[in-house]
Amino acid sequence: MKARLILAVLFTAVLGLAGCGEPVARNTGVYMLIDTSGTYTQEIEKAQKIINYLLGTLTTGDSLAVAKIDSGSFTEKDIVAKVTFDSRPSQANAQKRAFQTSINQFVTRVNSSAYTDITGGVIQGIEYLNETGAGKKYILIFSDLKEEIQKGQIRDFPLSFNGIRVSAINVTKLRSDNVDPREYLDRLEAWRNRVESGSGKWRVINDLNRIETLLEDKGS
Amino acid sequence: MSGTNVLTIWSDQVAISVIVWLAIIIFLMFFARPWAHQAIHAFAKVIHKAARTASRSIRSAELHLKDRNRQVLLQHGREATERHIEREFQRVATTVNRDLSGYPSLQRKLKEQITKIDEDYQQTAEVPPSPPNWLEAIEHVAKIPGNGDPTVAKILDDIHGTLKRANDKALTEYRSASQRRHTLLKQMLPYWRKMTHTLESVEKKIHSLEERSKIIDNQMDKYSEIMAQTDLATKLLSSSSLTQFFIAGLVLIIAALGGFINFQLIALPMSEMVGAGTYVGNTSWQVSNVAAMVIISVEVAMGLFLMEAVGITRLFPVIGSMDDKMRRRIAWVLFSFLFLFASIESALAYMRDLMATDREALNQSLAGVQVVEAEYRWIPSVGQMIMGFVLPFALTFVAIPLESFVHSSRTVLGIAAAAFLRFLAFFCRFLGNISLNAGNFLINVYDLVIIVPLRIDYMFRSGRHPTHKETKPDKIITGKKTKSLQSMDSTMS
Repeated sequence: MKARLILAVLFTAVLGLAGCGEPVARNTGVYMLIDTSGTYTQEIEKAQKIINYLLGTLTTGDSLAVAKIDSGSFTEKDIVAKVTFDSRPSQANAQKRAFQTSINQFVTRVNSSAYTDITGGVIQGIEYLNETGAGKKYILIFSDLKEEIQKGQIRDFPLSFNGIRVSAINVTKLRSDNVDPREYLDRLEAWRNRVESGSGKWRVINDLNRIETLLEDKGS
Repeated sequence: MSGTNVLTIWSDQVAISVIVWLAIIIFLMFFARPWAHQAIHAFAKVIHKAARTASRSIRSAELHLKDRNRQVLLQHGREATERHIEREFQRVATTVNRDLSGYPSLQRKLKEQITKIDEDYQQTAEVPPSPPNWLEAIEHVAKIPGNGDPTVAKILDDIHGTLKRANDKALTEYRSASQRRHTLLKQMLPYWRKMTHTLESVEKKIHSLEERSKIIDNQMDKYSEIMAQTDLATKLLSSSSLTQFFIAGLVLIIAALGGFINFQLIALPMSEMVGAGTYVGNTSWQVSNVAAMVIISVEVAMGLFLMEAVGITRLFPVIGSMDDKMRRRIAWVLFSFLFLFASIESALAYMRDLMATDREALNQSLAGVQVVEAEYRWIPSVGQMIMGFVLPFALTFVAIPLESFVHSSRTVLGIAAAAFLRFLAFFCRFLGNISLNAGNFLINVYDLVIIVPLRIDYMFRSGRHPTHKETKPDKIITGKKTKSLQSMDSTMS
């Protein structure tokens, strides 16, 4: 009788341990792309505010990287700053301060680029986020979404987002858009199709007063 | 063969076919009537009996549970009363040992005071100064007529002067004697006061003993009632248990809120120690929160043991049965642990304040606002530290309501379970009655369906046997059913 009882307890314990399984990733990874082409550099202060908001929102264990979009964005060199916050809150705060300083320096010395390789930046972002192993992944594109790539660069191929949430922020209207608004709408639609066909989720946030909705499903 | 085909087997017209089918069914039902009645009745009876048996069993279980509840209640009441009486006796013993053991010395002291007062009193007895013996002779001399003789007048004057001096001297002596007596009386005053005070304190002690004896008498009466297992004792204990249950529950809720505040104080700094991004398995419980909860739980457990060791609660018989010396040692060890935990919590609370300040400063910096050092920042810091230190000790006292809650919940749950069983028994009985009546109802409906052949049969039998009262099939149905059929038949006829 006792032996049966012990066996039953052991069996339950084994089942309980098996139920634990692989730990679930609960951290968040954010990759923010900042367009530095042409006149869009004038908008960079807005991007700085968004980064500060992200620094205030992200917590221990989360990852954040800020990269610029220039003529050839598919490179680590374009990453302005990146960090994975320490599990200790005091250390995480120190990292946030250092990150803020890096961004402040970047904002003061940013130069305009001739071309706008958004796709390259997005691919770089997907790679970075997959490396972090974050449970929730976000790519924030701070750009007018007007892609201009150098001759010879190949960017027109499908991308695999695998559940990454892609948000286009502050998509400004260009002069040509004012002439024919369909251009603007087509641009947005093209990016939506590209993201959603790659199993990603697409959103556009033009009103920066709704900045708090950026990571609204972070806690869920 | 589909349903429509079966329906139209007798005629292409559905209505005619339905009528034929109905006629066949009614015909068959008429011939099967006695057995159908029997089957319906038997089925209803089976359900009725099963429900009644279940009801009886449940009722028996309820009575058993009630009896068990009563025994538990009386047992608990007996233990509580014994404990109360024991404590009262301990108090009486303490009073007797502390106060009455000093009675010989008190008596000696009182005797000394009384002797002293008596001596002083004796000394203060007022003795009127006796008149000098020669006063009478002088009175006679004073009555001698002078007849204008200057010598006699001089003698009389001298006598008068002597008398006056003697009088003055006597008066002075009398006054000084009175003053001495007053002084002695004045010296007696503190002795009187002391004695009054001593006697008052004795009276108070005696009165307190009297009060204690009254309480013991009441408790003994209660104890006798419990031992006699009277209904009154059960009722009183039950009512007391319910009151205790709600009061203890309320206090436990308050304690839980205190625990929550305590948790909030240490959860954030714990994340600094064990990391904030780690979770327990696949759950959403942060390890830092679990660690904070564990610390609070350990504190509560320490508090429970401490209360047990000092003899306030009796939740753990093992601790209660230890000898006093060992229990005292354990109490000191537990108190030391609690003190240690309280100090740790105080430090953690301070750390929490520092972290909150740092986070606030960072947020201000991120928002582009100039970081301003708040004035009187030390007040919340000190407040949090004090709270962190005090709350573990406050949580110690959870043991008292917890004990009441555990004991009273046994009674309350027993009462609730008994009430539930009673309801269940009633429901089963109700179900049984419904099934029996439903059987009767179905039998009547059955007869109503075959009313036409039934009436024809009745008329036929009445024609053949004018005295015929009852049809054969009804005889195999139980008495109750037969009556219902009879009443129906009489109504129809």
